[in-house]
Amino acid sequence: MARKVSNTRKTVITALAWTIGLLIFFPILWIIILGFKSEGDAIKTPFEVLFSSWTFESYHEVQERSDYFRHFMNSVIISLGSTLIALVIAIPAAWSMAFVPGRRTKDLLMWMLSTKMMPAVGVLVPMYLLFRDFGLLDSRAGLVGVLTLINLPIVVWMLYTYFKEIPGEILEAARMDGAGLKSEILYVLTPMAIPGIASTLLLNVILSWNEAFWTLQLTTSKAAPLTQFIASYSSPEGLFYAKLSAASTMAIAPILILGWFSQKQLVRGLTFGAVK
Amino acid sequence: MGKITLKSVRKSFGDTHVIPGIDLEINDGEFVVFVGPSGCGKSTLLRLIAGLEDTSGGTIEIDGKDATDLPPAKRGLAMVFQSYALYPHMSVRKNIAFPLKMAGMDAAEQDKRVNHAAKILNLSSYLDRKPGQLSGGQRQRVAIGRAIVREPAAFLFDEPLSNLDAALRVTMRQEISELHQTLKTTMIYVTHDQVEALTMADKIVVLHAGVIEQVGSPLDLYRNPRNLFVAGFIGSPKMNFITGPEAAKHDCHTLGIRPEHLDVTEDGIWEGVVGLSEHLGSDTFLKVEAGPLGTLTVRANGEVDLHHGDKVRLSPQEGKLHRFDKDGKALR
Repeated sequence: MARKVSNTRKTVITALAWTIGLLIFFPILWIIILGFKSEGDAIKTPFEVLFSSWTFESYHEVQERSDYFRHFMNSVIISLGSTLIALVIAIPAAWSMAFVPGRRTKDLLMWMLSTKMMPAVGVLVPMYLLFRDFGLLDSRAGLVGVLTLINLPIVVWMLYTYFKEIPGEILEAARMDGAGLKSEILYVLTPMAIPGIASTLLLNVILSWNEAFWTLQLTTSKAAPLTQFIASYSSPEGLFYAKLSAASTMAIAPILILGWFSQKQLVRGLTFGAVK
Repeated sequence: MGKITLKSVRKSFGDTHVIPGIDLEINDGEFVVFVGPSGCGKSTLLRLIAGLEDTSGGTIEIDGKDATDLPPAKRGLAMVFQSYALYPHMSVRKNIAFPLKMAGMDAAEQDKRVNHAAKILNLSSYLDRKPGQLSGGQRQRVAIGRAIVREPAAFLFDEPLSNLDAALRVTMRQEISELHQTLKTTMIYVTHDQVEALTMADKIVVLHAGVIEQVGSPLDLYRNPRNLFVAGFIGSPKMNFITGPEAAKHDCHTLGIRPEHLDVTEDGIWEGVVGLSEHLGSDTFLKVEAGPLGTLTVRANGEVDLHHGDKVRLSPQEGKLHRFDKDGKALR
């Protein structure tokens, strides 16, 4: 009998999980559907939308009106660039915090995280002025810099928790075996930390790809990434629903595919250290 | 060569003085065991010798050269850790070859030495496995292999057997002893287990609260403990301590007698009642309630038919009594 009860429970929980999952995914699904409808059909009732005819019209138009590839390249450069620079800074930082902690290391980590609690708009004016005076407005370099700084605390935190899991004795063994600091990092720490570094990289690329506050405020055309590409179809007037949806689908598709293929790595990275 | 000399070596963590000052000489080829209760500073002392911790004072000499400020890699010592500390991403072969690779040795020589070490340690058929696929005993052998390939001046062992089960511990203990006889290299071995200390050591260093209580051969420590701490720590079961009028009769503050030096006889000078009796076949352990003398542990040879409540008389063997003054120092 006990087994039967637990089976019912399992069914209920599974159904609940699917419902919640679909609820979360629904907006994305709806955007994908709307992208394949004509502007006229896209604003009808949901039922009518589903049974109206399918068309590539919006995609054609979006492709004609704006240069998807340029925006895509900007997104790639900005998200990858900011992530790689953040990693180069964060690996040594997390290394020293994990293996040679000082008395204030914990405070430092908390302080770094606390910067994420401030709303970005709070520093919009000074940032804008700095960008204007340094000639960084609408430049990829400027955006890479801003996104590096924004995500650095998270990157350091993730790597720190990951490095913490590596037993210090193994590094001591390497030192006893004649490895200097360089060999120790190159041959022992890095290979052991590769899963952690990879998931940190992945998460940070996704965060940077989707970052929409600074990318919208600080770019107009030259350095505009895909967030700008979507935003250009959002208008208070006129019929842009289908085109906006088509543009959104095109913008999120690459990162969605990347996320889909790397979900195992991502989940492992995010829950690392939680189960011990 | 592997002669190690410590001269007033000190170590403090903040205000805590873990090692207030130690002088010790370890001769080339000696098997030295640091033994003591947990927290006595034995592992810290080993890590100071290894160079994994910095000294707060004093000097460490290896083969006559000052090594106090040398990094661990430059001291020519090899260490085997309690947790094995193998590199999980490397095969057994690469683990053992790692110190050789760090030394820049050519591949052919590396291979030769790894194969030789694997043969000594019975690891030849596991060379291509990862540490995760090995049992505890095999992992410990890999750790030892990694230590022996580079032919160090001395081996440092930090409680290497404490993660193994009892049976394997006995085997590995013998293997390490045999290894010492083959290699004749200096070995420093840290343990809290006095059986390991007594069975393996040429020289035992008994540590207590960061201070050396006594240095000597196993039998020396057993026969002539310098103070109450060593007397109580070395030997199992523990030495019996008797205070009060009976001790005063022997002109001392505390009288010590080992359980194996108490005989159950008809005309024994002490009498008591058996409390607990443990029959192991080869030995019988008796806890005898001996009135003013307290509880005395007796180790009788073979099967002795005594049980709870039996009255017995005990006599200490001639010349086996240890006398201590009120500061716990042995009186000779």
